[in-house]
Amino acid sequence: MRTLNAKKYIFVFFITFAIFATALYISSFASNKRIEEIKSIEDKIAVDILSSETQYSLLAESSCSDIGNPSLSEELNSLAEKLSYTEGKLGADNTEVLGLKRYYSLLEIKDYLLMKKVTEKCKTKTQVILYFYSNKGDCTECERMGYVLTFLRNEYPGLRVYAFDYNLDLSAVRTLRSMLKIENKLPAVVINDKTYYGFKSIEDVEEIMPGLKTLKETATSTSATTTKKN
Amino acid sequence: MADIGVVIAHIFLFVSLYFEIFLLVTFLERRHEVGGSSEEPTLFPTVTVIVPCWNEVKTLARTVKSLLALEYPKEKLSIFIVDDGSKDGTWEAMQEFKDAPMVTLFRKKNGGKFTALNLGIEQATSEIVGCLDADSIVKPDALKRIIKHFEDPLISAVTPGIKINNPKNIIEHIQVAEYTFSAFIRKVFSFMGAIYITPGPFSFFRRDIFKTIGLYRHAHNTEDLEMALRLQKNNLRIVNAHDAHVYTNAPRTPRTLYKQRVRWIHGFLENAKDYRSLFFKRGHGDLSFFILPTAALSIFLALYFTGFALFNTVIFIINKSIEFSAVGFGLVAQVPHLDWFFLKTESIFIISMILVLLTTTLIVIGRYILDQRVTFSRDIVYFLLFYSFLAPFWLFTSVYRTTFAKKTSWR
Repeated sequence: MRTLNAKKYIFVFFITFAIFATALYISSFASNKRIEEIKSIEDKIAVDILSSETQYSLLAESSCSDIGNPSLSEELNSLAEKLSYTEGKLGADNTEVLGLKRYYSLLEIKDYLLMKKVTEKCKTKTQVILYFYSNKGDCTECERMGYVLTFLRNEYPGLRVYAFDYNLDLSAVRTLRSMLKIENKLPAVVINDKTYYGFKSIEDVEEIMPGLKTLKETATSTSATTTKKN
Repeated sequence: MADIGVVIAHIFLFVSLYFEIFLLVTFLERRHEVGGSSEEPTLFPTVTVIVPCWNEVKTLARTVKSLLALEYPKEKLSIFIVDDGSKDGTWEAMQEFKDAPMVTLFRKKNGGKFTALNLGIEQATSEIVGCLDADSIVKPDALKRIIKHFEDPLISAVTPGIKINNPKNIIEHIQVAEYTFSAFIRKVFSFMGAIYITPGPFSFFRRDIFKTIGLYRHAHNTEDLEMALRLQKNNLRIVNAHDAHVYTNAPRTPRTLYKQRVRWIHGFLENAKDYRSLFFKRGHGDLSFFILPTAALSIFLALYFTGFALFNTVIFIINKSIEFSAVGFGLVAQVPHLDWFFLKTESIFIISMILVLLTTTLIVIGRYILDQRVTFSRDIVYFLLFYSFLAPFWLFTSVYRTTFAKKTSWR
């Protein structure tokens, strides 16, 4: 006649539970940290945009060389990457993710408008793509288009890609959509005020934007010059 | 749907973690029993070792020679070599030992391993009877280590510590780690009174128990499992002599490994069905309420995780092919971002890593149990890397054959 050692079973249950709870806590802690980091990047970008806008207001009294080129695109790129990763992990319907996406879209629009004003005033050339996508499952080519734009953004650091969720419940995005007359035929990219619908390959985009090559050459020659100086 | 899958995965991970921690705690409670060298037996009862053979011409001589070299009083030891209708010249090979005083040769029509064992048991007159597969060899002190445990009159059967003989290729090395893990499990089950296999290589029994519970039976080609379950059902104690080393030949190819494992797992499932009355039955302790249910569950649990991993792999491949169709290897070629942000911190991943770490620890303890040394070898790396890819094949086939009543063969 063999009996069970109930105390041991309970003891092991508590150890297992403790390890399990710790793992769940670490996982949840890391998720919260990610959201905090995204929030902090968004706040930083907001301050930077405000600073650039203030500089722009002062532009009338100063020269273009004083204001420089507000270069938030890299930070926006990094933010986009992190936001997209978090969206993939927590889901597109997650309220935290939706909040962060709305804020991110607003920052993008503000950065876009400011960049337009600065380039017009200072007569500089900037390569810009506005990208409208949907992740509701109704856009089969959006994922592929996203990969192309990610590739181009990494390949041409001077390229600014502003990505907007077509279905995002945000009045500013809706206004931008109607301003640019974007139809629900996604993916859609706006390049030099012209809208292109459907998937565009790397080569298609490079053909539409010949300035991209110059962007790379300029970056390479600047880097080479800098190296020589050193 | 995916959420339900994740919840089930968490439940199964909890069960796996609980099981391994339970084994570790049990081991730590009795760890002093596996340290140092065993004492010599004070009594040397008469012993018969039965070697059932079926087409074992290549390995038989080595096996018998290892038995002849056993450190045991020669007048107390009998070796019965039983040819079970071999067709490869095994009987002729057996003649090499016909003049050895301890050896008796038998020849019979082919009837299966259990019939050869039964012939030996029926002919034996010794107090203790054991068996040794004809592809295994024993260490000279192995029998003494086994016999020491029979000094306790309550013990009816003793199992050995099994090692892989001369591993060469990766398949054999994977099994080295697996057998080391099994050595740990077998010892802990022994502490718990929950051993449910008396393996073919060098398990021993008091001969008189066969009068009580009967001889070996045809049991889905896993007679050693059925015998242990029958002993357990009759409340007869089985213990493990971890320091009684026997070296067995492991399958060398994925195909032979697959066939062997299908036989084992299918045999376990069929015998579990036959002995279902042992599940959750009062009076049978941990075996009944924990070990057998967990062993059965673990098969389905492993299959679930395979399905889960397969599903995620398919999603990954689809995503990668979409990426490839869009930008080729463009994104792969670009420098990846080294940022903590992108570290995998999902709870499933963290708990799986804890399980891998715990399993590694248990294998290292297994090595300590077998060899009295703590080492980390490449066998463990091979096991951790490849075993989970191999096991689903035989698990799936075994479950399929059990469900649809298909039979397995020995070879």
